[in-house]
Amino acid sequence: MADNSTDIKFNENSFKKIEKHNVDEQEKISAPSLTFFQDAVRRLKKNKAAVISFWLLALIVVFSIISIWWTPSDPNAQHVAYANLPPKIANGQIPGFTGKANVGGRIVDKYAQAKVPSGTYYVLGTDYLGRDLFSRLMKGIALSLLIGFLATLFDLVIGVPYGVVSGWKGGRVDTLMQRFIEIISSIPNLVIVILMLLLFTPGLGSIVVAMGITGWITMARLVRAETLTLKTQEYVLAARTLGESPFKIAIKHLVPNLSSTIIIQTMFSIPTAIFFEAFLSFIGIGIPAPNASLGTLLSDGQKTFRFLPYQMWYPAAAISIIMIAFNLLADGLRDAFDPKTQE
Amino acid sequence: MANDSQATPKKLIEVKHLKQYFNAGRPNEVKAIDDISFDIYEGETFGLVGESGSGKSTTGRSIIRLYNPTSGEIKFYGEDISKIKHKDMLKFRREMQMIFQDPYASLNPRMKVKDIIAEGLDIHHLVKNDEERDARVNELLDLVGLSRDHATRYPHEFSGGQRQRIGIARALAVEPKFIIADEPISALDVSIQAQVVNLLRDIQKEQNLTYLFIAHDLSMVKYISDRIAVMHNGRLMELSTASEVYDHPLHPYTKSLLSAVPLPDPMYERNRHRKPYDDSIEHDGKERSLKEIVPGHFVLATDEEVSLYQASAEEYNEK
Amino acid sequence: MEKILDVKDLQINFDTFAGQVKAIRNVSFHLNKGETLAIVGESGSGKSVTVRSIMGLLANNAHVDNGSIDFKGKDLLKATPRELESIRGNDISMIFQDPMTSLDPTMPIGKQVAEPLLIHGSMSKKKAMARAEEVLELVGITNAKNRMKDYPHQFSGGQRQRIVIAISIVNYPEVLIADEPTTALDVTIQAQIIDLMKELQNKIETSIIFITHDLGVVAGIADRVAVMYAGKIIEYGSVDEIFYNPQHPYTWGLLNSMPTLDTSSDRLYAIPGTPPNLLNPPAGDAFAPRNPYAMQIDYEQMPPFYKVTDTHYAATWLLDPQAPKVEPPAAIKKRQEEYHQLVAEGKIQSSVKGGAKDGE
Ligand SMILES: Nc1ncnc2c1ncn2[C@@H]1O[C@H](COP(=O)(O)OP(=O)(O)OP(=O)(O)O)[C@@H](O)[C@H]1O
Ligand SMILES: Nc1ncnc2c1ncn2[C@@H]1O[C@H](COP(=O)(O)OP(=O)(O)OP(=O)(O)O)[C@@H](O)[C@H]1O
Ligand SMILES: [Mg+2]
Ligand SMILES: [Mg+2]
Repeated sequence: MADNSTDIKFNENSFKKIEKHNVDEQEKISAPSLTFFQDAVRRLKKNKAAVISFWLLALIVVFSIISIWWTPSDPNAQHVAYANLPPKIANGQIPGFTGKANVGGRIVDKYAQAKVPSGTYYVLGTDYLGRDLFSRLMKGIALSLLIGFLATLFDLVIGVPYGVVSGWKGGRVDTLMQRFIEIISSIPNLVIVILMLLLFTPGLGSIVVAMGITGWITMARLVRAETLTLKTQEYVLAARTLGESPFKIAIKHLVPNLSSTIIIQTMFSIPTAIFFEAFLSFIGIGIPAPNASLGTLLSDGQKTFRFLPYQMWYPAAAISIIMIAFNLLADGLRDAFDPKTQE
Repeated sequence: MANDSQATPKKLIEVKHLKQYFNAGRPNEVKAIDDISFDIYEGETFGLVGESGSGKSTTGRSIIRLYNPTSGEIKFYGEDISKIKHKDMLKFRREMQMIFQDPYASLNPRMKVKDIIAEGLDIHHLVKNDEERDARVNELLDLVGLSRDHATRYPHEFSGGQRQRIGIARALAVEPKFIIADEPISALDVSIQAQVVNLLRDIQKEQNLTYLFIAHDLSMVKYISDRIAVMHNGRLMELSTASEVYDHPLHPYTKSLLSAVPLPDPMYERNRHRKPYDDSIEHDGKERSLKEIVPGHFVLATDEEVSLYQASAEEYNEK
Repeated sequence: MEKILDVKDLQINFDTFAGQVKAIRNVSFHLNKGETLAIVGESGSGKSVTVRSIMGLLANNAHVDNGSIDFKGKDLLKATPRELESIRGNDISMIFQDPMTSLDPTMPIGKQVAEPLLIHGSMSKKKAMARAEEVLELVGITNAKNRMKDYPHQFSGGQRQRIVIAISIVNYPEVLIADEPTTALDVTIQAQIIDLMKELQNKIETSIIFITHDLGVVAGIADRVAVMYAGKIIEYGSVDEIFYNPQHPYTWGLLNSMPTLDTSSDRLYAIPGTPPNLLNPPAGDAFAPRNPYAMQIDYEQMPPFYKVTDTHYAATWLLDPQAPKVEPPAAIKKRQEEYHQLVAEGKIQSSVKGGAKDGE
């Protein structure tokens, strides 16, 4: 700790006093300017699982959008002659997609048996009615995503405003709104759907109505809790002392600061909704035949699973991947938006 | 309350028997402010000191009408602020502004510095177009000593002192007459505190502002304030000019508070004699109110105690 | 005097997205047995990182690139996690800044105070509880016997900080590290806590490292003071030397910018600018851009420590024999005059003068 006069070189100017300082220069910020979102994205990018999930989901979304206008063949068209064909790609070179099946210990070319013209093949095979499973899977995934989109819509249109109003108003209004939520959330979803069946025919309609009744509740609760803390933040007080109207405060200060909560919760409620639909369709009170949904595909596939496992494998894989990807992405977003440690 | 001699400057704020209870009537009732009265004169800096939870912030927030008082009244330029009509509210909001304590919580992390500063300009339509807005923001940045290219940055890129200056610029944007500064420097480093205090003083002189300066750092309050009120448990204990409160404290609470202020002087610290305060003297059930002991020096007292305090004020004079 | 803790050439960096933060840059200091060493410096100067490295509590992205921390002949930087754990509870303990977050809200306070004894010592539960009660009494919790089963929220802020202190001293540690233990408290409570710590030091004979940015508190509690700026110690000495005969312009600035109760001048002295960014610390004296006395060399080379007295060193080029003599600010001159008078009157002891320059 004592003197250490190691190779210090002086020149005649060394001990000249500096007259002018550039303090401004010093206050310059050199780091790149990142908005909160850019910073979150930067952190998200570090999370491999979330990034892979993101690209997987992006791919799935693209496929689903395409399926609106185009599928390899009509997903509902039946070719009873071509029933239960195994998967086959092009001329059947790729293992698993050869168009052959093991029947009683012998490998049989099913396509030849069914006299399918060469050049016609089904990538994921066909079901017991000869419908193209790949097309049906595309439609099914698209439907799942539609359900996910609707869930988001309910979260944003009902859940967010409900939570903001309840939290911001506080007092009596808040108490009333919370009691209401408690009442409706105490009725199980399944009960609501079954009650719906008394009024409507089973289908997308009743699922959507059921989601509309209860799907947004978690979002509303989270947003309310967040609003309660945000409204006592000093920058919100500052806006009030400047005379900002409550509506503008909600738009300018609350919503942007709620956005991470909202995005993360949406990412969690999408897979929940998708699973809900698949479950209803699986037990037969969801999407009615002949329309494809992951639930109906699974339920059809399950019937022939022992002999024709591919009919269930692919939809099962699809729903698993979608669920896992959404959950991983949501987890990643949560960490990215809410860093416990600064780094 | 203060003596109405001819030279008395204009009263800007009059607080009369203000009470502010939270959760009134419920078991968790808090009497944050319990019957306080004081005036703030135009152009002065009125210091409010007291320990945590004594009701300082609540007083400031009641004056700026973030809360509705439980009872009592607050007048701004002689007008009762609880009776301000909706259409006049915006004008009131321009004349009175607040600077907050926490440099981290007082700026919206999702907004750029220029939008934070221009918030008041937008609300009150003080600028016609974007150029005018940018020009005014730059002017304000200059005023508080920040660089113009900070305008497009986000709050988290700044240090505490810089953030506090952004908050000051936001308040100044609407050209207020009265500013409530709620512990504006307690979260800052010593080396930065002086910068902010100097800035507040310079602006005060330039724009003829009136301040309510809330703090618990007693030496800084003494330095910046013209008059000081000492608050404890929601009541004012003592009120006088800064030097009177510091040099001739009368109420035992004030004496105790002053005896605890740490000073950067080892000799003084070695010989420090702390005076503990026994608050049971407040709870003997007797009616107390602020009484003028010597001209301009008020102490919370019963009628009988007045003469005792007068006697101790005498003692100071004899010394 | 016996050195109980000896930190040498400590260098700690943090890896971050924007680059490497050079948080601690060659810090050396020691702690004598039975003394209180205060470390002062502004936010971000590296006080917490320094003491956390002693406790082995650094964040994951930190790495110690150089240095040693010698405690009773053992280098703490090389200790195994298990050894550190046992040292942490028994020999060195730490008080954190926020009394609200260092207590477990769901556990009665008696149990919380006794816990370190049960983890580290092989003490029976009954004995541990008895000791806990004794220590709570010692830190001034009145009626400790009956309050052992109360929960933290049933105590005031000041009492909670006392309980935190009780937990940290229940093992009678040899070294107590207090990281801003009073910053969150009111002056009156702060005064009580400082008195308490002084009293405890006498009773249990521990050595204390006290971190704060409040110079008033330092004057009241410290025997020796180290001033930190931008990851380096820039001046250290006895409390009287630092307060009455400071040498570094940063120390001058700090002392000068505090109003004393009798400051009445129109403006406060303010150190201009802000501390440097530790991503690219400046080549020379980090304080140079804010230093009204800066010389060319301050921008070029890091100043070495110049000896003022045997106990007082400062790292500023102003102390170099070749440097021109400068006039410190008026308030600092006043302090220095006061110092000479106090020394002359024998009220404080001055160490032997010596070294490159004696700073008068
Ligand atoms: N919105 C509220 N609801 C209930 N109690 C409150 C509320 N705001 C403040 N209080 C209570 O009122 C009392 C006074 O609080 P206030 O914030 O005015 O104190 P303060 O003097 O500003 O303290 P500090 O120095 O800690 O800022 C405290 O006991 C506090 O807990
Ligand atoms: N985990 C971390 N990652 C990156 N940088 C860090 C980390 N922890 C601390 N630092 C940096 O190290 C430097 C020293 O920090 P430290 O917490 O020791 O400051 P301090 O002197 O204790 O300040 P304060 O008075 O605010 O507590 C700062 O520049 C800080 O940003
Ligand atoms: Mg307050
Ligand atoms: Mg720290």
